[in-house]
Amino acid sequence: MDSLRRVILITGTRKGIGRYLAEHFLNLGDVVIGCSRSETDLESDSYTHFCLDVSDEKAVKKMISSVRKSIGYVDILINNAGVASMNHYLLTPKSTVEKLFNTNVIGTFLFSRELAKLMSKKRYGRIINFSTVAVPLNLEGEAVYAASKSAVVSLTKILSKEVGSLGITVNAVGPTPVLTDLIKTVPKNKIQELLDQQAIERLGTFEDVLNVVEFFIKPESSFITGQVVYLGGVS
Amino acid sequence: MNKSVKNIINQTLTNFIEEENIDNSIDVNESTRLFGSDALFSSIQLVSFITELEENLEDELDIEITLADEKAMSMRTSPFSSVKYLISYVEEKLKENG
Repeated sequence: MDSLRRVILITGTRKGIGRYLAEHFLNLGDVVIGCSRSETDLESDSYTHFCLDVSDEKAVKKMISSVRKSIGYVDILINNAGVASMNHYLLTPKSTVEKLFNTNVIGTFLFSRELAKLMSKKRYGRIINFSTVAVPLNLEGEAVYAASKSAVVSLTKILSKEVGSLGITVNAVGPTPVLTDLIKTVPKNKIQELLDQQAIERLGTFEDVLNVVEFFIKPESSFITGQVVYLGGVS
Repeated sequence: MNKSVKNIINQTLTNFIEEENIDNSIDVNESTRLFGSDALFSSIQLVSFITELEENLEDELDIEITLADEKAMSMRTSPFSSVKYLISYVEEKLKENG
C-alpha cells in the first residue's frame, strides 16, 4: 500500500455497524465509499454514497466502474450489508430465503468479485466479510440466516486462495448479536439463549466488530487470510 | 467496430505482456494460444488479462461488458483459448448487446 489516503468501500452504510465503520474511517482521514438501498444523511467531503441493491449485478458493476474512473483504486472492502430473519424452518417462506441469500451471499459475491479485479491491478487489497456466531452455534430458528452466512464463510475461505497471489487477503468477522435493527424483532429470551452459549455472555458492540476489522486491515496482517474470527468466545 | 475491438484486444495484450514481463520472444498473433499447454498465460494471468480487457472495452467503447459469462463457459471452444476466438467472441457479444 502506498502513502496515498486509504480508500475503503463499505456496503450497508446507512445505519448500524456500516454507518459506525464509515464514520470511524472518515474520522481517521480515509476516503470512504458507501452504499445502501436508500439515501443517507452521512455527509463528508471524503464520503461518496451510492443507492443500490447489493444483489443487482448491473448496478454493482456500474458503481465499481464509477469508482475506478473517479478514484482509480480501493484498498479495503467491507461487505457489511446484511439481512437476518428468525423463523421456524417449517414456517419460512421461500421469499425469505431469496431475500437473505440475495443480500448476504450474492451481494458479498458481487462486491468481492468486482473489487478483487480492481485490487489486483495494485496487487494490494483487503476484503472483510461478515459471518455470524449463528453458523458455529447452529441456532434453531436461524437455519436460513446461518446457511447464508455459512456460504459467506465458504466464499471467504476459497476466494482467499484464489486471490492470495494477487496480494489480496480475504477474512471474515463473525459477530455475536449487536444491538442493531438486524435483531430488533428477535424475542429477548431467544437472544438470551444465544448469549448463554457464548464463552463471554454479553451482547457485542460496534467496537468489538471494529477491533477485528482493524486487525484484518492493518499492514502487519498481510499473512492473515481465509480466517473467520467469531466474537464472544464462540468457535 | 470490428477494427476497433481488434485494436483494443491487441493493445491490451501488448500492454499486458509488457506489464507482466512475459517472454517477449513469443510471436503474438491471432493464433496465439492464451491458455492451455504451450500458452501465453498462466491461469491467474488469464484472469487478470480478461479483467483488464473488460475495463479497456468499457472505457474505449463506453459500454458495460462481462466477458466470462455462462455462455463463454459453456462454449465447445473457449473464447479465451486464442486471440482469434477472443476477437470474434467479443465482436459477437457487442452485436448481441446492440
